[in-house]
Amino acid sequence: MTALTALLVRDMRLAVRVGGGALIGVLFFLIVVTIVPFAIGPDLALLAQIGPAILWLGALLASLLALDRLIGADYEDGSLDLILTARVPLELAVAVKALAHWLTTGLPLVAAAPLLGLLLNLDPTATGAVALTLAAGTPALTFIGLVGAALTVALRRGGLLLAVLILPLTIPVLIFGVAASNAAVVGPVPFGPPFTILCALTLISAVIGPIAAAAALRHGLD
Amino acid sequence: MDLGPHAAFIVGAYVFALLIVAALIAWIIVDHWRQRRLLSELETRGITRRSERTAERVP
Amino acid sequence: MALIDLANPSRFLTLSGRLLPWLAGATLFAFAFGVSQIIASPDDYQQGATAKIMFIHVPAAWLAMFIWATMSVAALGTLVWRHPLADVAAKAAAPIGAAFTLQCLVTGMLWGRPMWGTYWVWDGRLTSVLVLFLMYLGVLALWRTIEEPARAARAVAVLTLVGAINLPIIKFSVDWWSTLHQPASVLRLSGPTIHPSILIPLLAMALAFLLLFFTLHLAAMRNEIMRRRVRTLMLMQADAAAGR
Repeated sequence: MTALTALLVRDMRLAVRVGGGALIGVLFFLIVVTIVPFAIGPDLALLAQIGPAILWLGALLASLLALDRLIGADYEDGSLDLILTARVPLELAVAVKALAHWLTTGLPLVAAAPLLGLLLNLDPTATGAVALTLAAGTPALTFIGLVGAALTVALRRGGLLLAVLILPLTIPVLIFGVAASNAAVVGPVPFGPPFTILCALTLISAVIGPIAAAAALRHGLD
Repeated sequence: MDLGPHAAFIVGAYVFALLIVAALIAWIIVDHWRQRRLLSELETRGITRRSERTAERVP
Repeated sequence: MALIDLANPSRFLTLSGRLLPWLAGATLFAFAFGVSQIIASPDDYQQGATAKIMFIHVPAAWLAMFIWATMSVAALGTLVWRHPLADVAAKAAAPIGAAFTLQCLVTGMLWGRPMWGTYWVWDGRLTSVLVLFLMYLGVLALWRTIEEPARAARAVAVLTLVGAINLPIIKFSVDWWSTLHQPASVLRLSGPTIHPSILIPLLAMALAFLLLFFTLHLAAMRNEIMRRRVRTLMLMQADAAAGR
């Protein structure tokens, strides 16, 4: 088993353990979607209209939750030092950690979305569109969040600062994710262009995220 | 100069811009005084930078 | 004299101290000229005198972006060339950039109220500037949170560069989004062809604000250098007190 595969498996195992945060993200997603109607009102037509937006916002906030543990946990128990001094390039190591984070935190959100769409009175087309855009967009959220996690790794109350730093950078993902979801249901824009841009954002962040995170770790920890 | 029906907004905007610039200038000046005061306090207590100490020692 | 010669903070303090009064003077002259041009400028056909807000709103927006670009160059100086003054330049620029971004937002709101009937519109430009303002606040927060200056500089440098890469993406996304959600009435702030009687005051104020930034930035850099000296001396004092 190569070093990267071992890192991936280790991170995934840790995430699904008690206190790992994998399923807490889904639970938070459910809670957020639940409290929105209390604020907005139970009008099903209205909920169906803003449903994709609510799901995207919930997924965005839920993704943020587990991010500060992504690197912080390794920093606290010393394994970050091992990763930093390993022969594996740091960029690949953090990319693999981000992948593990998405598989254990992001993917469950994608799976939960259709069920939560029922709560928001979304029809099957809308639900499918939201799930597809979430699948394409949540990796971007993880890779962008990776940079924030690396920047705030050694800080005591880094979680809030992480959110402050990361959320402006996730706005494009949110814009195109919701636009693509709405496009599949309402128009006027066709589904294709915003969805393609969403995929492009994920690919771009998959490159820039690990590079920036590795730079932040290297420069920030000596 | 007649500023039209929305004069209050125009004046308000210019006043705000002036306030922002004034605040920046004030921050810089006050910060400058504070750092100068701290540096002179440290100097009177005999704590100086290496370069200033070696400068004294050189005859 | 090479850039590296300025790297010596003492040298920088001496030179900047001599330059600062001239910069301040030039700034004052530029503002005097700019304001005279504003007073002389005609009213807009549609907006009347309210369009005069443009002369302090648009230069602030340009500065907001220019200062982030300055911070990005400083960030490269910190990470790539390890130029000693890069950290200082970056830290000094951040609050100034945030202030001008705020000026852009508020003057935009005061322009929007008479023009569009509401203080805030989620149009492409104002929204992009709001996001930029949030990013400035993030940078300021990061500066304050990491205690050790060199570590803070490197972390902020990474954030600044990531932000710089994202700014065109955010601008593009927000513009695209705002055309999707454009309100019923078509809004035109000023046409693509600006009449010289409006363009000249605008450029004059832009120059004045740019000189103002250089003056403020230089002065703030001097303060930051002094602040770091104070910190070093206090650490030395603490060491001496601890008997080391």
